[in-house]
Amino acid sequence: MIRFEAVSKSFAGDAAVDRLDLTIEAGEFTVLIGRSGSGKTTTLKMINRLIEHDGGRILFGGKNIREFRPEALRRRMGYAIQSHGLFPHWTVEQNIGTVPSLLGWTKARIRERTHELLELLHLPADAFAARYPHQLSGGQQQRVGVARALAADPDVLLMDEPFGALDPVTRLALQAELTRIHRLSGKTIVMVTHDIDEALRLGSRIVLLDRGHLVQQGSPASLLAAPANDFVRDFIGRSDIGIRLLGLGVVRDRARPGETTGGDPLPASATLREALSAFVTRQVRTLPVVDAKGEPAGVLHFADLLGTTG
Amino acid sequence: MKSRERTALPGGPALPIWALLLGLAAGMPALEPLFARVFPELQSPLYPLDSFLTLLAAHIELVALSSSLALLLGVAAGIAATRRGGSEFRPLLERVVAIGQTIPPVAVLAIVVPLLGFGMPAAVLALALYGLLPIVQGTLAGLDAVPDDIRQAADGLGMSAAQSLWRIELPLALPAMLGGIRTSIIINIGTAAVASAAGAKTLGSPIIVGLNGFNTAYIVQGASLVGLLAIAVDSGFEYLECTLTGWRHEGSAPAVGAHDELAQTLP
Repeated sequence: MIRFEAVSKSFAGDAAVDRLDLTIEAGEFTVLIGRSGSGKTTTLKMINRLIEHDGGRILFGGKNIREFRPEALRRRMGYAIQSHGLFPHWTVEQNIGTVPSLLGWTKARIRERTHELLELLHLPADAFAARYPHQLSGGQQQRVGVARALAADPDVLLMDEPFGALDPVTRLALQAELTRIHRLSGKTIVMVTHDIDEALRLGSRIVLLDRGHLVQQGSPASLLAAPANDFVRDFIGRSDIGIRLLGLGVVRDRARPGETTGGDPLPASATLREALSAFVTRQVRTLPVVDAKGEPAGVLHFADLLGTTG
Repeated sequence: MKSRERTALPGGPALPIWALLLGLAAGMPALEPLFARVFPELQSPLYPLDSFLTLLAAHIELVALSSSLALLLGVAAGIAATRRGGSEFRPLLERVVAIGQTIPPVAVLAIVVPLLGFGMPAAVLALALYGLLPIVQGTLAGLDAVPDDIRQAADGLGMSAAQSLWRIELPLALPAMLGGIRTSIIINIGTAAVASAAGAKTLGSPIIVGLNGFNTAYIVQGASLVGLLAIAVDSGFEYLECTLTGWRHEGSAPAVGAHDELAQTLP
């Protein structure tokens, strides 16, 4: 879908991105991660030409992005940023309809699409469509920002630390939302973050950058299981690697079906990391598991946490 | 944070002031006995050369023409100086306009009259130049105040430079721009009275004739109408500002569902 071939970019002589090769497959949720100055945001913004690369080439659907008009290219790629960037003088409905109206959709079609997206993001249209951004909470503003990025059904969704300014609870909720949207739509998503937990939770592929170079890329599990070097090990938190590995597994996969035991049940969709926490705080070796409907779904044994992960 | 209600907008006060202005201009002759009483030493206590309605209309015409010119030039210059290609001219622009403002209006007339001769065109040009500074400053301040992330969002969503300017930047800059335009026009209304010295017929004519002939009645008649006109226009602007930037005054509704952010996403 998107291909970087030896792409470089320097600002005032300093290389921000240095001969980067990267392939982003259609339908993947790619997370670009690194410290500040690693070139992750530059890499993202080069995709929709908000920053023009000065070496190598970038292909979008097999075609050099230089062959597109920048505006046309951007309208095919949803774009969401950290501070949401909603237009304060436009209502929620007008904000979400930005790209469709640039593309010349009819009013009726824009309206229909806007309302559909508001429903998708759990913002009832009759309560929210006519509001102005300053009348929303931070999490709601960010939801509208995501809806706006999705409005014209773009091929790719580019997100620049979209949840960076949110409190942890809201952040978690929106991450879950985004995972759901990715699952439902199968969209190609490229997201920048500096939060390793966010990257592990959301990404189907993680690309770790440092000083403009690609350090390691792969699935969350492969990154945790086989860090390429000390930098990666430090970045993902040396002492927490085991815990983070557990965070990738779900209780459902390790529970022994058919068994029953007493105590407060764990939901089958909880992560093994949450299960470990429950074992430790409750001082037990077995925990009952229930499915989404609350029906018993077996028992999780403490020893089973040490299965082969990923 | 509960802001002003829409219903409390001052659309009302502007109308009575305009009515008072027109009434006074039309009814000035009826006040002749009053002026004769206050200034018994004057032979002619009422400005006789033109009707005050004519003078008011001429004054408004002069202000409208010169302010439109200042608006066009000032906003265009302000926009040009904030575009990528024009930023180099910005310091120069700011300096030139500021210098223009330090020259007294009479001196501006003295410079323009030899070029264009006495009369309307000279007055229009002089007033337009004199009114530029607040408009340029308001436009620059307004466009500067558009947050970077908003500009970036407009770019990133695929707006062209012109779309971003018309749909996003100018509407957001509007409050500051209106402030500058308002100041410029109010100053212009006062300065236009001085333009009578360049041969334009305005509400300043009775003032200048009165000053020359020691006729205080003429001065009071001209000055009271100029003052009222300024107040009337000013209150009209207040109404305009509230109407055009209504979105800022929409109260913030309670953030419905802010607390159940998490609950909404549980499977």
